[in-house]
Amino acid sequence: MEFQSCVKIINEWDIVAARQLGRNVAKELGFGTVDQARITTAISELARNIYLYAGQGRVCIEKLFENGKSGLLIVASDEGPGIPDVRKVMEDGFSTSGGLGAGLPGVKRLMDEFDLDTNVGKGTEIRATKWLR
Amino acid sequence: MNELIYSYIRENKDEILSAWIKNMRDKADERLIKVVSDEMFARTSAEFIDMIITRLKDNEQEFLNRLTDFAEKVVRLGWPLTFVNEGLRLFSKITFEGMVDQGIVNRDNQMDIVYDFDSFMTPMNNEVVNMYSQTWEKTVSLQKIALQELSAPLIPVLDRITVMPLVGTIDTERAKQIMENLLQGVVKHRSEVVLIDITGVPVVDTMVAHHIIQAAEAVRLVGAHCMLCGIRPEIAQTIVNLGINLNEITTKNSLQKGIEAALEITSRKIVEMEEMEE
Repeated sequence: MEFQSCVKIINEWDIVAARQLGRNVAKELGFGTVDQARITTAISELARNIYLYAGQGRVCIEKLFENGKSGLLIVASDEGPGIPDVRKVMEDGFSTSGGLGAGLPGVKRLMDEFDLDTNVGKGTEIRATKWLR
Repeated sequence: MNELIYSYIRENKDEILSAWIKNMRDKADERLIKVVSDEMFARTSAEFIDMIITRLKDNEQEFLNRLTDFAEKVVRLGWPLTFVNEGLRLFSKITFEGMVDQGIVNRDNQMDIVYDFDSFMTPMNNEVVNMYSQTWEKTVSLQKIALQELSAPLIPVLDRITVMPLVGTIDTERAKQIMENLLQGVVKHRSEVVLIDITGVPVVDTMVAHHIIQAAEAVRLVGAHCMLCGIRPEIAQTIVNLGINLNEITTKNSLQKGIEAALEITSRKIVEMEEMEE
């Protein structure tokens, strides 16, 4: 049984829609308030990255059921410029837009699994999972 | 030529109406049935047909006014646009088929009637869509104004102490307003301590934190203290996970604690009054 729904990120308010979707799915799966906050914050970061750097893309939320565990998978994908130096963006404090530079490394710490796939000029896909304990 | 269509509609008003209502009922799904009551639907449909019939008697301007009223009415009833559009399409289909059955449409005038039909239906379609989009645009802009009004209020609670309670999502536009109101207010109220309360902010991500840090820094530059209150436990944990450094800002878990600390900074405190004796 797999469940998936997506939100297109085109303007700033779509970030709120993506976040709301994530929060609802997390609630359905039975995540506690702290993990709900972690998941929504992670979605917020990823969606904002799409909005800021790629212009548009989509955020998908999937329910996962594996070996008796359930979890939530966030897939944030875009066809933007890609990330030239992956190691650098995963460093704390690196930002090209004058922000705090805590977004991507922060998401990695907020979630259990984190996977970044990027092609310069083609786009980026980030998959992050949180398992229900 | 238009005369043909009108006279057909006038003469067969009841048949068209019942066929139309029956067809639309079949089409409507459950969600619609809740919004659109049977009686209301029948009444509105009848009104629509009456309106078309009177088009002959009235002049063009009169008809346009009535069309606008009609469109306004369906919008007010809250019928979905797809439903109304489908209704108009079905109406022209039923009428046209009825005319074919009665032999009014024949091989010779077929094209003319199709063209006439098109020029007869199009303004109605346009008017309905136009009315819907106008209403939506109006709603959106009104909500935008309403949202702006409650976006960043600054409340002077005590002499030299001001509070800015934030509720809801913070976007770039709002962050800008927070900064402006905060700095203006600090100067205007001669505040020494400003408390930003984020109890009502659902998500604190790096952007929100960044704006708060900048606002606090700016407040410090105009010579006041900035304190952050209302950090819920789950928000505290996500801030730590994100690795955001809020060391520069004094934080308190509730507005009450914040005000106590603010009083302390301004060398005051709240004391209980002794019981008055007779």
